[in-house]
Parts: sequence; C-alpha cells; structure tokens
Amino acid sequence: MDLLQIVIVIGILVLIARPLGHYVYHVFSNESNRTDRLFGWAEKPIYALIGLKHRAGMGWKRYALSFIVTNFVLVAVSYVLLRAQSGLPLNPNGIGNMEPTLVLNTVISFITNTNLQHYSGETGLSYFSQMAVIMMMMFTSAATGFSVAVAFVRGITSKGKTLGNFFEDFVKAHTRIFFPLAILVTLALVALQVPQTLDPTLSVTTLGGAAQQIAIGPVASLESIKHLGTNGGGFFGANSAHPFENPNGLTNVIEILSMWALPAALPFMYGRFAKSRKHGWVIFSAMMTLFLVFLVVSYTAEKSGNPALNALGIDASQGSMEGKEVRFGIAQSALFTTVTTAATTGTVNNMHDTLTPLGGLVPLGEMMLNVVFGGKGVGLVNMLMYAMLAVFICGLMVGRTPEFLGRKIEPREMKLIAIAILAHPFIILAPTAIAFLTELGKGSITNPGFHGISQVLYEYTSSAANNGSGFEGLADNTPFWNITTGLVMFFGRYISMIALLAVAGSLARKQWVPETIGTFRTDNALFTFLLIGTVLLIGALTFLPVIVLGPVAEHLTIR
Amino acid sequence: MNAIAHDEQNRRSGGSMLWIALRVSILFIVLCGIVYPLVSTGLAQLLFPHQANGSLLKDKEGRVIGSELIGQSFADPRYFQGRVSSIDYKAEASGSNNYAPSNPDMLARTKESIAQWQKDNPDVPLDRLPIALITNSGSGLDPHITPQSALVQVPRISKLTGVPAAELESLVSAYTENRDLGIFGDKRVNVLKLNLALNEKLGL
Repeated sequence: MDLLQIVIVIGILVLIARPLGHYVYHVFSNESNRTDRLFGWAEKPIYALIGLKHRAGMGWKRYALSFIVTNFVLVAVSYVLLRAQSGLPLNPNGIGNMEPTLVLNTVISFITNTNLQHYSGETGLSYFSQMAVIMMMMFTSAATGFSVAVAFVRGITSKGKTLGNFFEDFVKAHTRIFFPLAILVTLALVALQVPQTLDPTLSVTTLGGAAQQIAIGPVASLESIKHLGTNGGGFFGANSAHPFENPNGLTNVIEILSMWALPAALPFMYGRFAKSRKHGWVIFSAMMTLFLVFLVVSYTAEKSGNPALNALGIDASQGSMEGKEVRFGIAQSALFTTVTTAATTGTVNNMHDTLTPLGGLVPLGEMMLNVVFGGKGVGLVNMLMYAMLAVFICGLMVGRTPEFLGRKIEPREMKLIAIAILAHPFIILAPTAIAFLTELGKGSITNPGFHGISQVLYEYTSSAANNGSGFEGLADNTPFWNITTGLVMFFGRYISMIALLAVAGSLARKQWVPETIGTFRTDNALFTFLLIGTVLLIGALTFLPVIVLGPVAEHLTIR
Repeated sequence: MNAIAHDEQNRRSGGSMLWIALRVSILFIVLCGIVYPLVSTGLAQLLFPHQANGSLLKDKEGRVIGSELIGQSFADPRYFQGRVSSIDYKAEASGSNNYAPSNPDMLARTKESIAQWQKDNPDVPLDRLPIALITNSGSGLDPHITPQSALVQVPRISKLTGVPAAELESLVSAYTENRDLGIFGDKRVNVLKLNLALNEKLGL
C-alpha cells in the first residue's frame, strides 16, 4: 500500500507536468493565444495602474535591475509592516512588534523564496502580517523567480538582444498562474478541513476538563500559495505537520502536487521555447532519476527505523515515528520530505531534525545539488547551467568548441557559470565553519555529537538553496543566526540569478552555429546520463567531506 | 549632442522604470496581501463554514470540547491515550523537541515512557507496544493513534471501567478511519472521537 500510494502520486505528476509546461509556455511566449482571452481583461487595468504603456523587451541588465528594484520595494514595505504590526489592524491575539534582526531575517527569507522561519507563526505574527507580508511575498517572490527563469530560457533559445519585459512577466505569472491556482487549491483545502477564518485563538474546555487554547486563522489561503510558489513557510510553527495546515492524506497529496507540478512542468516549457521537446525530456528525466534515487534512500531509511529505539523490545515495525504524524505514516512523510527539498519548498510534514541519519541525508543532499526540480524556476536554470558545464567538459575531452542549442559556449559564459556554481558551496561551507569557530554559533546546537554538525550544515544549506526547511532543534532566533542566514539567503538568491541572466544576455547576442554531423547532441539519453554525472561529480567533490562528518558519522554511531 | 540626447533618454526611461517598479509593488501588496486572503476567507466561510472554523466537536450537551483535528491530553487512565507531546497538547503553539535519533535525551524519554506503560498495562507484552504510541509527533498535536495503538490499550481500559474487551475492540474498529480514498496516508483512530464515544458508553 505504501508503494502504491507513492507510485500514484508520481504518476499524477508525470501526467500533469507536460500539459502544464505547455500552458506555461503559452503564458510567456508573448504570441497571441487562448490564454489572452481568458485573462487579458484582468491584465489591462493592472498595466494601466502600474503605468506600463508599452511592454518593450529588456536587455539582461535592465531586466535584472527591474526585478531587484521591485524586490527592494517589497522588502522595505514589509520591514515597516512587521516592525509596526502590533498597532496595525487584524491583530486579534495582540501580537507584539518583531525584533529588528528577526525582521531582517524574515523579510529576506520571504523575498528570496526561502521561507526560513526563526519565528513561530502562532506567537510571532498578527493575521495582518501573515496576509500582507507573508502571503504577499509568497506570491511575489515566486513570480519573480518564475520571471527570471523565463527570461533566462528566452535568452538561451531565441535570437535577439532582449529577454522580455520583467513587469509583463511578473504580472502574467500572477494573473495566469498563481492567482487562479491559489484560489482553487485554497478552496479544495478548506473543503478538506483546513481552517480559513479571521477569528482569534479559540478557547475550549477539553473532554478531560482542562482548558485548551487553539491557535487558528487564515490558514488555507497561505497553505495554497506556500506550496504553489514553492515557498514553504508555515502558518504555524509545526508547518505542514500541524493538523490545521495538513489534516489528512488527501491534503498531503494536494500539497505535494502543488509544490511539485510547476517545477516539474518547467523543463517542458523550456522544450517548447527551444523548439525541441526532446531537450525538455532530457532535463526532466535527469531530474526525475535523481529524485527517485533520493526517494528510495529516504523511504528505506525511515522504514527501517532508528536502531537505538528498535533495540528496546517494542513493536517498531512501523518505522521511525519520532517527529512524524500518524495520518501520514512513513510513505507520505518520506515522499513529502523528498519533494519539499527537491522543489526547494521547505515546507515539512515531519520534523527533519528527527529523521534517521541517512533519511536526513536526503533533504541535505537535494539542497546541496539544488537541481532536482528546484524551486520556482531556479531548479531549471541551475540544471541548464549544469547542462552547459557538461557540454563544456565533453567539448574539452573531444577537443571541439562546446555548443549548446546552437550557440558557442565561450570563456565569458563559463566564468559566469563558474561563479554561479561555486557561490553555492562557498556560502554554505564558509559560514558553517565560522559558526563552529564561535560560541555564538556553537551555543545554538541542541543535539549532541555528530548530529550537531548536521544541524548547522543543514541551516546554511537550506538558506543557500533558498529552501527554508530546518533541523528545527537549532536555537536559531539570535542576532548571529538571523544575520548570517539572512546574508546567505540573500547571496544564494541574487548572485546566481544575476550571473545567469548575464549568461542569457550574452548568449542571446551570439551568432547561431549551424548544426552539423559533428555537433555534440544534447537531446538524447547519453546526454541525460552525462548531465546526471556532472551534477553528482560537482556535488560529491564539494560536499562529501562535510557529509561524512555529519550524517554518515551519526549513522555509524547508532547503527 | 547625440550622446547627450541618448543619455537623457536613458535617464528618463530609467526613471520610469523605477516608477513602474514602485507602482507594481504597491499594487501587488494590495492584491496578494489583502484582496486575495479576504476573498478566500469570504468564499471559505460561505461554502464550508464548519471546516473553515476549525472542525469543532461538541459533546451531547452542545458544548464545544475541542477540534477534531487537534489532539488533547488524557490523564485519566480510563481513557484512550494519544501520543507523546512535549508541549502537552497546548495548541496555542506547536512543535516538538526535535530530538535527533542519536540524542540521549530522546532515548531516556522513550525508556521512561516504556516503564510507565509497563506499569499501567501489565497484561500486555512489551513487544506489542507500537512505536507510534511512545514517540513524539512532529506537531505535538497529533489527534490520531494507529489502530494497533488503540487496541493495546483495551485490556487496561476494560479492567478499569468494566466494559468487556470485545465491546471496546468493536468500538475501536468502528472509529478506525481508512486511508483517504482508500489509498493515501495511513489507517488511524481519532483519539478524541473515540473517547467521546467511550464517554457515552460509560454514561459519563
């Protein structure tokens, strides 16, 4: 039964990913199509209100500047709202203002689509902040990521100097993708018992006669965009493990598919842009292969349980249930964990800190690679970057100038790609080392032994990959953690985005090279294999030592 | 001259870009942060009021005794008991200790739970005690236990209440919820609903 429910979910994903990818292509292709008739009426007043008169294409610098300025304004407004939340409307539970370093961490976290949370929603945010800051940034950061990914794909696949118009992409991502889907998923979740109300915390007298305060609020509307936008920040501290956020197996499946479908659809959108659907399949298959390997490890590790508990003579056949919910069991928990760190959502339906060492290695590894589907657009862009690297390495081996999609890959592109690839491990490993050198960092570790290494490593990996899940035991609401993870999230998002837009800008200007019999093919199974190899090679070279120190060492101690 | 005109044009369009960025930000703060959640709340309250307000449960006098989704603490050994909760089912917050599998505190807590269990349930062999019952749920508010976790409590409850074991077992199976659509998730028993039914049986 475990196997069947996992296979069915993956099956549904494979069925919807391709048509969804083609839909997304139509949304962003800027050729007239049926989606115009459905949504054009809603966009006209929006364009008028923001003063966008002609939607001229932008070069990469202008595109980058537009999205950075927009993100900056969103961050500035959000900062003010969080600092002043106690005096703003819709605060029935009387929540106080947030402390400055925590606000800084929170606004960076949400605008970078990370959703690392150093606060707890029940006690840290008013309903107004949950709506106007958290939900708002869940939409806008996802739309930003989506737009940048689309611009990148346009750059590497089309002739011309421009990458499209950021504001147009940003508006369309909302009106044609996120708004309609979010309303739909919200209503489905409410029907399946996720609350959606503005009433304050409930007070009840329990069956046992005790008083119980039950935190509640506009949960469903956050839950839907949290997954659709691969955001991952929970309404409550326990995130999607909380029964109000994720009350049953069906909501769990809806949440999994909500966060997985769009990232999985993007390779097919890319295939349409590249006018070669095979290229889409290459990327999708590489992602899916890596995903399945991770899923198998996660499920087997959790099902075989914690040896330390299994030795106590109890009935431990169910698997490792510490930190998991009965309604999900091992199958839906392992699947959720593998998807949430693949799609860099970072929502959790079980506590990752409590995962068995090898089970915990799965989310960590996926975030280190950061290409297994990936968050809004980022995964596709990263995977394409690895594709260019693979082409480059193969080119070196056979002594030909590397080409990708009919464009020569030259030193300028490789330098930018190297920056993007190396920034990721650097902003994980350097702060991890710094945290271990200082009492400020070390003092927050709550689990002794090798697991403490994993806790710190996980926090920075999750920040750099803009995932946002945590080994939540880490006592991370201190100025040291708020500021360092804030910086890591910031660089994790913007360095690679800007570097890759620059790659796209440079490729867009190049002469096309006609395809000949000697052209290295990038649309077949061999290339899929090479691509996976490149990803694993780079990942292993960078991260194996630290993985051995953390999860592997812990595994060996409790085995 | 040409260069100056070009510069001027650039600056002017740069200015308009900043202006658009500002306006687009404000508009989407209103649309995503205010219009969307309020419209969602309105629709949810209109279409599914029971679910939207937290799926509250009432006893037979009509008093609200909690939410069917939020677990409660049952100290009285005559009741079925839920899973370990480090926050003691205090639902104004949520979460757990986040103990690593190698954490000695977790091992100590589990051994303590086992000792307590053996004291309360001397008639049940230890190898029948399901792991789910003595582990902390992720949320600390898990409203469910596995069917097996309910069944192993039957001998204790039967002894303390005098209700025949067979009757309690059929109560457990009546309150065992199937996987969603028969496929997704795990089989489970809602502890609060089960205890509510037990209450009625005992005439409390």
